[in-house]
Amino acid sequence: MMLPALITDNWYDIRDLGNLSHEILYQLNRVLPDGLVYVIAALLGFVAAFLIFVLPSQLYVGVLGERKIIGRIQSRYGPNRVGKFGVLQPIADAIKLMQKEALTPKGADKVVMWTAPIIFVAPAVLLFAVIPFGPKMVFADIPAGIIYFMGVSSIPVLAAFMAGWSGNNKYSLFGAMRIVAMTISYEVPLVLALLGAVLLTGSMSLQDMVWWAKHNHIWLVFVQPLAFVIYFICVSAELNRTPADIAEAESEIVAGYLTEYSGMKWGLFYGMDIGYALAASAFAATVFLGGWSFFGIDRWVPPWMIFIGKTHLFYLVFIWTRGTLPRLRSDQLMSFTWKFLLPLALVNLVIVATEKTIWNKATDGDLDAAWVFIFAAVNIVLAAVAVYLWARLVGYRPEDVPTKPRLVKEAGGYIPAPAPEVR
Amino acid sequence: MHGFGPSLAFWVLAILTLVSAGGVMMVRNLLHAVLFLIVTFLGVAGFFVLLSAEFLAMAQIVIYVGAIAVLVLFAVLLTPRAGRDNGETRWAGPAVLLSVALLAVMLFVIKDTHWSTVVESPELTVADLGRALLNRWVLPFEIASVLLTAALIGAIMLVRSPEEEAEDALA
Repeated sequence: MMLPALITDNWYDIRDLGNLSHEILYQLNRVLPDGLVYVIAALLGFVAAFLIFVLPSQLYVGVLGERKIIGRIQSRYGPNRVGKFGVLQPIADAIKLMQKEALTPKGADKVVMWTAPIIFVAPAVLLFAVIPFGPKMVFADIPAGIIYFMGVSSIPVLAAFMAGWSGNNKYSLFGAMRIVAMTISYEVPLVLALLGAVLLTGSMSLQDMVWWAKHNHIWLVFVQPLAFVIYFICVSAELNRTPADIAEAESEIVAGYLTEYSGMKWGLFYGMDIGYALAASAFAATVFLGGWSFFGIDRWVPPWMIFIGKTHLFYLVFIWTRGTLPRLRSDQLMSFTWKFLLPLALVNLVIVATEKTIWNKATDGDLDAAWVFIFAAVNIVLAAVAVYLWARLVGYRPEDVPTKPRLVKEAGGYIPAPAPEVR
Repeated sequence: MHGFGPSLAFWVLAILTLVSAGGVMMVRNLLHAVLFLIVTFLGVAGFFVLLSAEFLAMAQIVIYVGAIAVLVLFAVLLTPRAGRDNGETRWAGPAVLLSVALLAVMLFVIKDTHWSTVVESPELTVADLGRALLNRWVLPFEIASVLLTAALIGAIMLVRSPEEEAEDALA
């Protein structure tokens, strides 16, 4: 795979930190005994990942930024007491959670209740293995990266189910059943939407999809707007975030599957909810927003910074929807995915398959980039038309909703005949 | 498969898979049995990785852990008598007989198969797999699809209540 000219193999080229870590490990391997370098590599990766991604994303965008921005949306300040502007609030939260006692109810299934947070945490870390942070900054560029991502991200649902079931509390069991039902339903349109992206780029490796975006000078979000919208809705339902957080709906079922958890065991669930949202943002940034590429600017700005910026941008949309939209009911979410998202995902798939065939035939296998721009324009129009028509078909009539009060007679209502006069 | 790492991985995976498969049969609690079953599926996915069949491993996790196990959990929760444990049934005798027969068949197949090994693992991509499925093996592939669709329709027909049938007949 060719690299852009300006990213060199020199260790001081911070546009790709892969060079630096490779150089450090290479030099260490010459002086250290055999095999020890693997231990060093793990430690180095941990420290580097913590400094450039986990600390700014998880603590400052995820915990503090989310609370601050939701506070502003709801006309309040959000945390502002610990440190200047509340910057030390996440650390204070963590210390508080670690001090608290992690209670276990008497009737709980103790082993399952203890293992559930552990199973919930591990996949969040595994998900980032296939995410490319830069041209060389990817841990495992496996050919079936998207399927890996889908597979690993289906494991936390089981952990959430275990958490809800083991508490021996009817509210946590309700939460567990809701999360399982939601995941089964929303997985279908999500995978179909991603299938459109795979079909167009012709690859399941995330790194190849970024190269596709860079090669064609267009992000997939413009070519596949419908798939992007479907992905966003489905993933916010799967991540259990408002407006679809019915699994821990605090106004209905206490705290859903987390009802019986406290202390750091609860903290792991809370922290990793943010971790999964970040992983989904990183995945969406890679597939739909062009990953680390940015129309040539990635020659001067380090690609990993561009990538992290895009991830945070996507995460801000999550926060925004969480702060503004009301929660839906369980049955509304179910009928929305089966009656609305699934048919639209199928329509999208048909459109993409047709376009890919046209593209292959017209350019005789040698894919010409100019076609993508035509498809992008066509697809944006088609997506808007499809959403509008399908919404009308399933019964959305904005013109029937009155904006000002009307008389019953004008609205076509029933007016009872006047009672006969009594003499 | 040689070298210390793969051998260690093989034995760890083998022990994990067999112990959890035993757990599925042994434990009393039905939900614990399902959780053990999930560990078994993950262990099998690990074997696929060891055999350099990454795509199959991913598919194993997506289909078995992500979909089937979740469906089984759901079914157990919705079963009215799920509180009844995984205890003795009068089918224990026939089940043992069936397992012994199955074991005999499998042992015979294992002994009879000519196990050929290759020195260099062939470079197989996902695209190759897709081509094989849609060119050479397209008929079995389509038959499987039709079978699954039939199963889906059959399941819907089974769970429809008589009231719904009556409503549809009126409409």
